[in-house]
Amino acid sequence: MSGGASQETWAFEVVDGEATHRLILRRAPGGESVARSSEAITLRTESALLACADMAGVPVPGVLGVFEPGSDVGEAFIMHRIEGETLGRKILRDDAYKTARPVLSKQCGEALAGIHAVDIDTLPELPRSDGADQIKKYENIYRDFDLPRPVFELAFAWLKANEPVPQPPVLVHGDFRLGNLIVDEQGLASVLDWELSHIGDPREDIAWICVNSWRFGQIANRVGGFGKLDELLDAYAAAGGTRFDAREIDWWETMGSLKWGIMCMIMYEAFRSGGDPSVERAAIGRRVSETEIDLLNLLEKAI
Amino acid sequence: MHDAPSPSEIIAAVKSFIDDAAAPQLTGHAAFHARVASNVLATLLRELEQRPAAESEEATRLRAILKAAPTTTLDAMNRDLCARIRDGEMDAATPGLFAHLKATTIAQLSIDQPNYSGLKAALS
Repeated sequence: MSGGASQETWAFEVVDGEATHRLILRRAPGGESVARSSEAITLRTESALLACADMAGVPVPGVLGVFEPGSDVGEAFIMHRIEGETLGRKILRDDAYKTARPVLSKQCGEALAGIHAVDIDTLPELPRSDGADQIKKYENIYRDFDLPRPVFELAFAWLKANEPVPQPPVLVHGDFRLGNLIVDEQGLASVLDWELSHIGDPREDIAWICVNSWRFGQIANRVGGFGKLDELLDAYAAAGGTRFDAREIDWWETMGSLKWGIMCMIMYEAFRSGGDPSVERAAIGRRVSETEIDLLNLLEKAI
Repeated sequence: MHDAPSPSEIIAAVKSFIDDAAAPQLTGHAAFHARVASNVLATLLRELEQRPAAESEEATRLRAILKAAPTTTLDAMNRDLCARIRDGEMDAATPGLFAHLKATTIAQLSIDQPNYSGLKAALS
């Protein structure tokens, strides 16, 4: 199956008498985990996180078994296969999800409150990254490319000048957006792709699903192209989270657009360096300007 | 030298070949890459048509903001602008700067991804 940037994902069925179990195998490529980006967590950590999130009431696929590195399958785990849709454009457009869309903001708020309420002392070792860390990290990557972009300079300067007081650190999913959520006709069915999880600021997750790149054209609906931010923030608070103000999300949304722009540059760099000569890696360099206009639209409101 | 067919005509011909002949015979990953290839050729056609005027306007604006010499290249002016924003010497309040960045980004996106929702928002 596609999806999951760096791990294999296999769908399979186990037939047990009358019962058929539809399952998923998540496996390191070739069974061996390779040094990937420094921030992506291992499959073993991912399976432990899924179990923690499950206990916290977050909709996630239940983990049925874990294979250690060196086993016959290699480093991998098996989880339930959840039915539903992940493609953002289909979720936003298809009639099948017309009753799901109005409740999705609330459900996302509740799921995020659950993730952020997980006791971080019970978690496996995770990277730590707050707002200041992310500015530093992405600025270093950007400068190493030596492809000067004045809009990014302006965004970095604004982010540094307006850095919010950090919130108490929580478990951050790190990639909570359409594409990584399974949605069925009733709404949010499962939260996937925990590879970028870390300990950080809860507002990062709330803002990431607001980044215009993940609204799939439905720009008027700030949350994922389907909902209003206040609905999500109210549900988040009702489920035990802090009631954040929409303005507090602005800084992190700006950080998110800048981060996605630099991620697109990273993918283009794979082409430029000769590592991946595909036309797709070349073409993504021409999507950086999408994040530049989003940054200017955000900064225009903020200044 | 001659230019018949012109670069735009050649690119348009290759794009038609991908769209009408090659892509329909492809499946899976190759079909996806064919679609991407067709899209970047469309970008290239817009680039050939729009970039010269857009760059010339960008350079005119930058020369005014930076008070740069007429011979300074566009790349040098953009590097200078980046350095000045980074050093705090210029920011969004610098006269003409924000409007310049917006106009430049609108021109860039009109070539790169003219259907992007953020472009329509910036133009409205």
